[in-house]
Amino acid sequence: MFDKILIANRGEIACRVIKTARRMGIKTVAVYSDADKHALHVEMADEAVHIGPPPANQSYIVIDKIMEAVRSSGAQAVHPGYGFLSENPKFAEALEAAGVAFIGPPKGAIEAMGDKITSKKLAKEAGVNTVPGYMGLIEDADEAVKISREIGYPVMLKASAGGGGKGMRIAWTDEEAREGFQASKNEAASSFGDDRIFIEKFVTQPRHIEIQVLCDSHGNGVYLGERECSIQRRNQKVVEEAPSPFLDAQTRKAMGEQALALSHAVDYASAGTVEFIVDAQKNFYFLEMNTRLQVEHPVTELITGVDLVEQMIRVAAGETLSFAQADVKLNGWAIENRLYAEDPYRGFLPSIGRLSRYRPPAEVVEEGHVVRNDTGVYEGGEISMYYDPMIAKLCTWAPTRPEAIEHMRNALDGFEVEGIGHNLPFLSTVMDHPKFIAGDITTAFIAEEFPDGFDGAVLPGNTLRKIAAAAAAMNRVAEIRRSRISGRMDNHERRVGSDWVVSLQGADFKVTVDADRAGATVGFDDGTQKRVSSDWTPGDQLAEVRVDGAALVLKVGKISGGFRIRSRGADLKVHVRTPRQAELAALMPEKMPPDTSKMLLCPMPGLIVAINVEEGQEVQEGQALCSVEAMKMENILRAERKSVVTKINAGAGDNLAVDDVIMEFE
Amino acid sequence: MKDILQELESRRGVARLGGGAHRIEAQHAKGKLTARERIELLLDEDSFEEFDMFKAHRCTEFGMEQTRPYGDGVITGWGTINGRVVYVFSQDFTVFGGSLSETHAEKICKIMDMAMQNGAPVVGINDSGGARIQEGVASLAGYAEVFQRNIMASGVIPQISVIMGPCAGGAVYSPAMTDFIFMVKDSSYMFVTGPDVVKTVTNEQVTAEELGGAVTHTRKSSVADAAFENDVEALAEVRRLVDFLPLNNREKPPARPFFDTPGREEMSLDTLIPENPNSPYDMKELIHKVADEGDFYEIQEDFAKNIITGFIRLEGQTVGVVANQPMVLAGCLDIDSSRKAARFVRFCDCFEIPILTFVDVPGFLPGTGQEFGGVIKHGAKLLFAFGEATVPKVTVITRKAYGGAYDVMSSKHIRGDFNYAWPTAEIAVMGAKGATEILYRSELGDPEKIAGRTADYEARFANPFVAAERGFIDEVIMPHSTRKRVSRAFASLRNKKMQNPWKKHDNIPL
Repeated sequence: MFDKILIANRGEIACRVIKTARRMGIKTVAVYSDADKHALHVEMADEAVHIGPPPANQSYIVIDKIMEAVRSSGAQAVHPGYGFLSENPKFAEALEAAGVAFIGPPKGAIEAMGDKITSKKLAKEAGVNTVPGYMGLIEDADEAVKISREIGYPVMLKASAGGGGKGMRIAWTDEEAREGFQASKNEAASSFGDDRIFIEKFVTQPRHIEIQVLCDSHGNGVYLGERECSIQRRNQKVVEEAPSPFLDAQTRKAMGEQALALSHAVDYASAGTVEFIVDAQKNFYFLEMNTRLQVEHPVTELITGVDLVEQMIRVAAGETLSFAQADVKLNGWAIENRLYAEDPYRGFLPSIGRLSRYRPPAEVVEEGHVVRNDTGVYEGGEISMYYDPMIAKLCTWAPTRPEAIEHMRNALDGFEVEGIGHNLPFLSTVMDHPKFIAGDITTAFIAEEFPDGFDGAVLPGNTLRKIAAAAAAMNRVAEIRRSRISGRMDNHERRVGSDWVVSLQGADFKVTVDADRAGATVGFDDGTQKRVSSDWTPGDQLAEVRVDGAALVLKVGKISGGFRIRSRGADLKVHVRTPRQAELAALMPEKMPPDTSKMLLCPMPGLIVAINVEEGQEVQEGQALCSVEAMKMENILRAERKSVVTKINAGAGDNLAVDDVIMEFE
Repeated sequence: MKDILQELESRRGVARLGGGAHRIEAQHAKGKLTARERIELLLDEDSFEEFDMFKAHRCTEFGMEQTRPYGDGVITGWGTINGRVVYVFSQDFTVFGGSLSETHAEKICKIMDMAMQNGAPVVGINDSGGARIQEGVASLAGYAEVFQRNIMASGVIPQISVIMGPCAGGAVYSPAMTDFIFMVKDSSYMFVTGPDVVKTVTNEQVTAEELGGAVTHTRKSSVADAAFENDVEALAEVRRLVDFLPLNNREKPPARPFFDTPGREEMSLDTLIPENPNSPYDMKELIHKVADEGDFYEIQEDFAKNIITGFIRLEGQTVGVVANQPMVLAGCLDIDSSRKAARFVRFCDCFEIPILTFVDVPGFLPGTGQEFGGVIKHGAKLLFAFGEATVPKVTVITRKAYGGAYDVMSSKHIRGDFNYAWPTAEIAVMGAKGATEILYRSELGDPEKIAGRTADYEARFANPFVAAERGFIDEVIMPHSTRKRVSRAFASLRNKKMQNPWKKHDNIPL
């Protein structure tokens, strides 16, 4: 076994690899760019090597720099994580030349699976189902139409070198096939410098289901079940689970065996993932093989009990797999939610900045309940603009899917992230979505269920009542504390009453709070009651409340006359008032949000450093518009709402005074 | 006998109706509550005790003797906020437009005299069309009687004004002399002369909202300390503020039970200061993480944002906070920020509220605008205020403390009790680049030499240790322990006694 390995990556995956290595008694070496000097993976590793400036193409993906770090640290093996150099055959080659083990598959397998057309050919030869389509190069639009007809519409035109949705078109008619071919070709040429296009059947109602394989270098291999990754936003996976709520044992076996057949065909040795697209009739077709550890590997680990990173290290060290297919048992259900630094209220715009608060829910390993959080950030850390916006992967496990989902809901509610925009409320909303609960999902789930983006969850009446009861009880605690201030008039203290009106999400609940030592009984005016208990005290930002025995986790903030409560994907202003206060509050006019000016004014005398937008450009709320330097400090001015820039009155280098108009909006 | 008791109830009924049902409706239609409703929201339930409910005016001009409504357009009395006594007057717009008559003024004066005598704050709710014109000079005399009481009460009891409707002409000068002015957005305005007069005299076209609305006074003029969405929110926030304030200048600020450990460490503060010394960070994060329960009552949030002022609690006890804000103008001092902070410091000193100062200041803002505007005298106000303050003063320098601004920001030299610095502090006459350019003017042509000189200067002065060697900094502390250190410092200062030499009053550069 190795004494020391280097992790050629950053963020949560570097931390995750370090954890396993440490458990195995292997020393670890982290690499870091300038932007990651204080990152968690650097702190966790035994050693750390600086490899250059923040942009990945000047640090994390520069083979020479990583090789230099390997040399200087004396690492015997390198784990590449995912992304960066993980699927770069040249990197594997460089390591081989230096006599350093690559904790990943052989170079040949990476190369074979790296090209979409080659990989499909190999898959077909290995007896793997492939999407009907034409693998050869297509000369012109006429040929594209001819081939499309042969396959049968709808078809998809794809760039051979493509990825991330670029150079991809769907065609339902000859006309669309002709146009799509040209558009894809142009896009492919400009994006990848490779304009080869292929055509295949477009699978409707598709699910993305992938098989985890694990092979050693002695010809042994197993598949470790599947992962359902259909919940994606613009080809970016958001929620994954294992097993899939859709597969049956027979399909699972067929997919697993085909995945292994392909792996053996390319002499695969390491952990790898064969991605399939599955239609409504459970027909499955090979998509591609990822020759690395996948982001979503924890869900497989949770249902199989196999530490994939450990297995990868053992395989790379030349060990033989210690278990066979018959030993692989799928146990229970695991769900992963990816926490992205993307603001769902602002069109999922990436959000950067300081994590003023970052408190993940406690990790749990107990009977029937596991919470695991893979993360690479910490409270007080910085989310930089240079890397992937994914900051954590929250996983839960339970014997059944409904229980795993319920654990996830509570874990999400207890996950505190402040200072940046993030998708926690969106994830909560997905966990409560009836189609997700039913397992009725396709890769179009987000596009179809959230066509206009995300505006916060609307909570059902029952949940509102629970929150109202909790807020009434919490308010009582806060009011009693207020009434205990020093300097009161003796014998005429304020008595905190028991009748309150709780207003939230447009609903008013008249309640009576009857408190005792153990909690409070909150009576509603329809005669129903809820029993609330909690050890919340004023100022706690997280309230763990039991309402009628069931756990409810609330993020609690302050607003005038009540609380800001965030739970289950909703962000609520909750007012708790006496009946008389409520009566008077009802007289207050509804105010429209203020008409934000259609101009961006210079907030301070300063120098325009850069204008980040152009006339005619559409800007999202929160998007950076320009930066102004004042007192030698750069201040970024952002769009207050979504609009179109109609006029720009200043340019870089201009000196502006306060309230000078920098740009105008529609 | 029963009839006699009944008579009281029926008279009370009449008084409570003020200007009558349809005027109350009109008031509600404007999004405003009535004078009595406002008092209900301000005070603890059923705690209001009214004075002079039946007082009526004595005017006989212009047929005024025909209508002599009870109360004369203002409700006065006292009650409690969380059990603590406050005096209150609330002008009733439904009665003669809340206009101020001689008797109306007498009612206000009566409760102000009571408040002074009994040592309790006064909250004035303003909603008045102005002077009662029919009464002429008697009304003006009434205003002046109130003004004189405002002046005498200043620094003796807290005075809070809530503007919940018009407040124009001479009427503005009573709130102007109180400690805090709050406004309600869209339904209140204050000005000395209204839009009509402005147009006649200067030809300026301006609306009442532009001239004296809540936005104008919280952002531009700094006349108001905060603005709220509506009457309900405004009064709830006044209650919240009163909980921070002592009842008078002879009593300690209030304390209330707290649920936050004084020794709480915040590891994230160790990374608050960015790597790049020219990058801003949000000083409010520090304030929130130091305060009990993250509770911060900000004063003048929308004005001169390069300095932050407001109240927090430490161990349940009120502390005033003054902090440079690097997010705005690099946190420099200028005319507006100096004035804002100076007034806040003086309020705290009047009422024995300890002062916590967080410093990250690159200096005073340069420019003709500042010099022509008199930054010398305005900046001196803050220096004066900190220097004369005898309350416990704890200062933490987080990063820059350059030049004269270092002296100003509650430094050791102007009687700071505890002066702490973070290891990231840079206490120097100026930034390294500026300093080397002056010290080594002859080498300016040689960028390499200058860079070396700058590095030398940084190594020598861009740290807290030079100041610590001299004892100007009592101790260099870890950022994560700030709450603990500051709480302990104030705890040790609870019995601080310090007196300035006898004087009639000082002569602060106004």
